[in-house]
Amino acid sequence: MKKRYLVLAVIILSILSLFVGVSSISPTDLLDFKSEQTEIFLLSRVPRLIAIILAGAGMSIAGLIMQQLSRNKFVSPTTAGTLDATRLGILVSMLLFANASTIEKMVVAFAFALAGTLLFMQILDRIKFKDAIFIPLVGLMFGNILSSVTTFFAYRANVIQNMSAWLQGDFSMIMKGRFELLYISIPVIIIAYIYANRFTVAGMGEDFSKNLGVAYKRIVNIGLVLVALITTTVVLTVGMIPFLGLIIPNIVSIFQGDHLQKTLPHTALLGAAFLLICDILGRVIIFPYEISISLMVGVIGSAIFLFMLFRGKAYA
Amino acid sequence: MIKVRGLSKFYGEKAVVEKVDVDIHPQKITSFIGPNGAGKSTLLSMVSRLIDIDSGEVIIDEDRAKDIPSSEFAKRVSILKQSNFMNVRLTIRELVSFGRFPYSKGRLNEEDERFVDQALQYMNLEEFEHRYLDELSGGQRQRAFIAMVIAQDTEYVLLDEPLNNLDMKHSVQIMKILQKLVEDLGKTVVIVLHDINFASVYSDRIVALKDGRVVKDGPTEEIITTEALQDIYDMDIPIHEIDGDRIGVYFKS
Repeated sequence: MKKRYLVLAVIILSILSLFVGVSSISPTDLLDFKSEQTEIFLLSRVPRLIAIILAGAGMSIAGLIMQQLSRNKFVSPTTAGTLDATRLGILVSMLLFANASTIEKMVVAFAFALAGTLLFMQILDRIKFKDAIFIPLVGLMFGNILSSVTTFFAYRANVIQNMSAWLQGDFSMIMKGRFELLYISIPVIIIAYIYANRFTVAGMGEDFSKNLGVAYKRIVNIGLVLVALITTTVVLTVGMIPFLGLIIPNIVSIFQGDHLQKTLPHTALLGAAFLLICDILGRVIIFPYEISISLMVGVIGSAIFLFMLFRGKAYA
Repeated sequence: MIKVRGLSKFYGEKAVVEKVDVDIHPQKITSFIGPNGAGKSTLLSMVSRLIDIDSGEVIIDEDRAKDIPSSEFAKRVSILKQSNFMNVRLTIRELVSFGRFPYSKGRLNEEDERFVDQALQYMNLEEFEHRYLDELSGGQRQRAFIAMVIAQDTEYVLLDEPLNNLDMKHSVQIMKILQKLVEDLGKTVVIVLHDINFASVYSDRIVALKDGRVVKDGPTEEIITTEALQDIYDMDIPIHEIDGDRIGVYFKS
């Protein structure tokens, strides 16, 4: 899995993504700056592309960091309750502020995502039975508890419909002015890269980190803040994208190992490419309608995940 | 020289290590021995600042350990603990390179690369430097970790039961390497051991702990005696001298 091939794949898929859609746009239409096509292109297609790439890269890196810090290949924002905590946060922000602005939602949801992930890491510390499969099961249960709390209060407050918008990841609503929050993941990814070596060391355990003079707890906390930031921005703009943070880092780990400084770019690129494929397929299969991205990722992702499990080799 | 003065560690009411005074002599192998639960690993972890000290202090070459910044400490003392699960997929070379982390923070310069090459060569790991840790046997993995500590280039090398789960051949191999570290590179090695005969054959000094206290501390020949071992283990162990080594035959005691 060479980096240049991944870059090439992302570029080709990006071009494809720009010219697939209900209203047909050809590259020559763009020569006319005032045409309706150009307008659609700039208001919808380009933002959609940017959103997909940022969300794909971001969620994959969030998963990578979580797997490294928890030392478990099955932990990801989906299987550790982070996504559910974020959603609970969005609900709380909607109940607290009548017409919550994006920033208010962002801040509250971020606080919940961080608290939820921290709580899960605490639970992880206290579990004596550290079985590779058992831990994500605990995470899923934890997520479901949060989710049922969300549903209960959303039902009481009559905002169930509103909430379900954040349940299903969907890129069809992405337009200029509705996705800019995702740009936060760019600095987050850069910080993740700067800390890559420290995350790798932290992934070897607390004693190992201390031996090398790495402040273990601080690094874990920084990692969790980055994860919470990425997750919050993605859920707020696109919605939940399950499995992505689970599968992509695992595929990269099989081929490239766990040296984060080396694998982080691969993970980001593969995440973006995978999400682009899912999105393009989702737009083509029942053309002119669209299958939501969370469904596409869920179906393709779980198939790949099962394949990985059945390949017999223990990755976890 | 590492001086341990009045070191104690309590878990609740119970003292696991109580008022321990020990001197670690430079350029020697010092073994910590004693029955299970004597506090050997706890003592080693406190000396290497892996766990907090409840009272007392550790002095490393005139500096109080708690005054040494963490990144500086990592250049002077290294500790290898038995990690029970290692599922991080790193190649041997990547692992050994992390030994240079205290110096380079991950961006290895030429000097760092040279240290890594030397460490790999020293441990005879060059041929599989690109193999992943999870593809190695227990002995190879242990050697990889020791190579990392060599690359870390600290004066003091502390090891917590490095022979665990190793067969005879690999145990002897590891002990010989530690001996070479002292003789060739002038390191000071402190090691927690279970087998008194490995301690007897390879160490210069032995510190024996029991119920959190030091019961014996001295040159190896003073500790590997039937009387001293009786105090430490409550076992009557006959000592035989075989080819100049003192061997305790404890199997029927």
